[in-house]
Amino acid sequence: METGPASAMPERRTLKDPGGARPVFLNPLKVHLPVTATVSLAHRISGLILVLALPFLVLALAASLDAEAGGGGWLPLLKSIGGRICLLVFVWSLAHHTAAGVRHLLFDAGIGTSYPRARSSAWTVHAAAAIAVLAAAAALAFGARA
Amino acid sequence: MKASLGGVRPWVLQRATALLALAFLLYFLLHLAIAPPDSHAEWRAWILSPLMRPALVLFVGAVALHAWVGTRDVILDYIKPLGLRLAALCLLALWLGATVAGAISALNTSS
Repeated sequence: METGPASAMPERRTLKDPGGARPVFLNPLKVHLPVTATVSLAHRISGLILVLALPFLVLALAASLDAEAGGGGWLPLLKSIGGRICLLVFVWSLAHHTAAGVRHLLFDAGIGTSYPRARSSAWTVHAAAAIAVLAAAAALAFGARA
Repeated sequence: MKASLGGVRPWVLQRATALLALAFLLYFLLHLAIAPPDSHAEWRAWILSPLMRPALVLFVGAVALHAWVGTRDVILDYIKPLGLRLAALCLLALWLGATVAGAISALNTSS
């Protein structure tokens, strides 16, 4: 034991016990992240989802080129409720990753780097991804084709 | 070791491949929106056309490199034990390699 009981040293603050007597715990669900941080986090998550999706996209491409009617055995799978959810998750990932990526490239070019503008462009990225998902959901719901 | 894990080269690679993928994606989606293929034969003819085939291979290659740099960064951030880290990087390399090989073989079907 390096540190004694908190009551004995109320003023002592160390790396292990930064709050003195107060318990310190960080609940990731209760920590308020600024919107710029949520875009950064979502950029990583969407990127990982896209990486996971890559081989399946190639399989879908191969199936679309092979099968006579296009799609072959894939269509019923995609049209199932699970397939539709996967599709929407993919659309969100692609839209979010692309929009956030463009935002990054603009930063690299020195555009929009002030904090207020970075904040508003972060909201734009979230909004663009949400709109893409809504559009895809509408297309899935109302697309009577095939 | 450190020089191969950081520095300006992966940074440039990440941006260059992002721009390539973005350009292809814009073209692909615009083409689908403006002139969607009406039939399976038309879809095949478009995807397997002499310009589209190499463009797709280039796109898949750029995306694989981009995914390598990005996922490697995530792995290095969150997986600290060396053995696990190497295993994750190997798995990633296999995953992306299979993607590229699969895409090339899918596009190699005679048109």
